[in-house]
Amino acid sequence: MKVLVPVKRVIDANIKVRVKSDQSGVELNNVKMAMNPFCEIAVEQAIRLKESGSVDEIIVVTVGAAQSQETLRTALAMGADRAILIETEETPEPLSVAKSLKAVVDREGPGLVILGKQAIDGDNNQTGQMLAALLGWSIGTFISDLVVEESIVKVTREVDGGLEKLELLPPAVVTVDLRLNEPRYASLPNIMKAKKKPLDTLSPSDLDVDVTPRTEVVSVVEPPAREAGVRVGSAEELVEKLKNEAKVI
Amino acid sequence: MSILVIGEHDNDELKPSTLNTVTAAQELGDEIDLLIAGADCSAAAEHAARVTGVKRVLKVDDPSLADSLAENLSPLIAKLAGEYTHVLVPASTYGKNIMPRAAALIDVQQISDISGIESEDTFVRPIYAGNAMATVRSKDAIKMISVRTTAFESATEEGEATIEEITGAQESGLSKFAGEELTRSERPELTTADIIISGGRGMQSGDNFEMLERIADRLNAAVGASRAAVDAGYVPNDYQVGQTGKVVAPNLYIAVGISGAIQHLAGMKDSKVIVAINKDEEAPIFQVADYGWVVDLFEAIPQLEAALGEGG
Ligand SMILES: Cc1cc2nc3c(=O)[nH]c(=O)nc-3n(C[C@H](O)[C@H](O)[C@H](O)COP(=O)(O)OP(=O)(O)OC[C@H]3O[C@@H](n4cnc5c(N)ncnc54)[C@H](O)[C@@H]3O)c2cc1C
Ligand SMILES: Nc1ncnc2c1ncn2[C@@H]1O[C@H](COP(=O)(O)O)[C@@H](O)[C@H]1O
Repeated sequence: MKVLVPVKRVIDANIKVRVKSDQSGVELNNVKMAMNPFCEIAVEQAIRLKESGSVDEIIVVTVGAAQSQETLRTALAMGADRAILIETEETPEPLSVAKSLKAVVDREGPGLVILGKQAIDGDNNQTGQMLAALLGWSIGTFISDLVVEESIVKVTREVDGGLEKLELLPPAVVTVDLRLNEPRYASLPNIMKAKKKPLDTLSPSDLDVDVTPRTEVVSVVEPPAREAGVRVGSAEELVEKLKNEAKVI
Repeated sequence: MSILVIGEHDNDELKPSTLNTVTAAQELGDEIDLLIAGADCSAAAEHAARVTGVKRVLKVDDPSLADSLAENLSPLIAKLAGEYTHVLVPASTYGKNIMPRAAALIDVQQISDISGIESEDTFVRPIYAGNAMATVRSKDAIKMISVRTTAFESATEEGEATIEEITGAQESGLSKFAGEELTRSERPELTTADIIISGGRGMQSGDNFEMLERIADRLNAAVGASRAAVDAGYVPNDYQVGQTGKVVAPNLYIAVGISGAIQHLAGMKDSKVIVAINKDEEAPIFQVADYGWVVDLFEAIPQLEAALGEGG
């Protein structure tokens, strides 16, 4: 079975983002970029499935600017087999990404697509669900456990009330949560090897996909800042302040 | 404006998240229908009919909807959406699971997790873990929206909507519910609690969370946690507050042994009053705390318990 893993290049999770003064977005120039942490977990899971013998080939794919190649190379160095870049000027919206991914699925015929549950730039949490809709496939979102068998995919989902288990009919789409696994680092020899692994570049028009945006960003601004308050030195002082000053207890 | 709110419920009870979502809907207009799609869900539908501002409850009672499986629920929402200008759902794991699937089925780009409404087509939403606020305008004919519940008040329950039974659900046969492990607690729910006390890696063990639970019981508070505490297995996953956990905004949030990483702040910095208890005076949590106490938590928490006791 082939597995497809869509990955996204985002600002590194440890970097504090800065809003541009013209309110057009956040500063991306000279900012450290990395693979979206949830996508790393998705790649890791695909590699584990390959190591356990239930997957033969891992294809990673990204929709984005030419620099997203770096992210694909990282995934190849971790252990993916080949990569596809669908090159676009700007980062497209989840619906356009889902349409592009559907076109890749139609070409490649994977039995499973593993995505992150959320990209930490837009925090949309949509793409996997949309892809499953367009394909008419089963979906397991926010999963913390995955078992792939011949004719069934078993998932455990992290939901607001606790955990939920589902059985999915393959082919399936799953989106992964943080506790599914601990992603590996790419070793230096594997980083070298990854440079020789195949990476194809396509355009949305090669795939007959319309990526015209449906939303317009009017402005991006800083959130209202919270002021640091006062220090307290004892439990009595804290309780007194919460009662009489803040009046919250 | 005609608005459909997708009600989150467990067939018996309407979840509080629905009440906040109805308030968001009221900012858009007053033609509000509330969908209760479930199995044996009369109790939830009757509850829904009492929500102030709702004109009509649409009840779809079908065995295929018992477990809110996206493959069965989303096509129903997609089918109904054609009658409305806006479809709103709480941005809970329930809403996040079903809404994008419904949106894609009708070729609409969903607007996720809105915290403000500027006009009928323009919405404010946090991006980058709340480190930036984006105002976005949707050009789609139908707006498919998930709502950040902490950003909108709860609707009251003084209404008298009519309940209309409709059909249209279909079993997809694509997936099957196979069990759940829900965290049972006598304490208030995290997302609706007035007071929350959360523990982080500094708690060192699950057993030590009992110290926080004792304070929670005294204050009628919910207990939350950082991701580090959940990952370490101290508490279950549904305790996690943050960018990728729950978003909360109680009157009082007490962070104990939590450093204040941006991903944690994303889930709690809209709390009215924040207290930080941490032994590292440089911890970023102090930058957002109204009251900071630099102290070893193992000293502080028993003292806090005692001080609360004295005051009654
Ligand atoms: C993609 C992504 C998503 C994430 N999502 C979330 C999320 O939703 N929620 C979340 O919380 N995190 C999230 N994180 C993780 C986040 O970056 C931090 O790693 C995490 O919040 C740290 O948890 P912590 O503050 O408990 O632990 P630490 O950062 O280790 O801090 C522990 C604190 O406890 C203090 N301490 C230790 N011992 C004591 C003592 N005896 N007395 C007093 N103080 C003490 C220390 O001084 C320190 O400040 C995410 C990370 C990524 C990459
Ligand atoms: N531009 C993209 N290219 C490839 N995959 C993407 C892209 N955007 C999002 N994804 C996938 O969808 C997941 C969820 O993203 P989102 O819906 O944007 O929060 C990510 O973790 C990726 O797996």
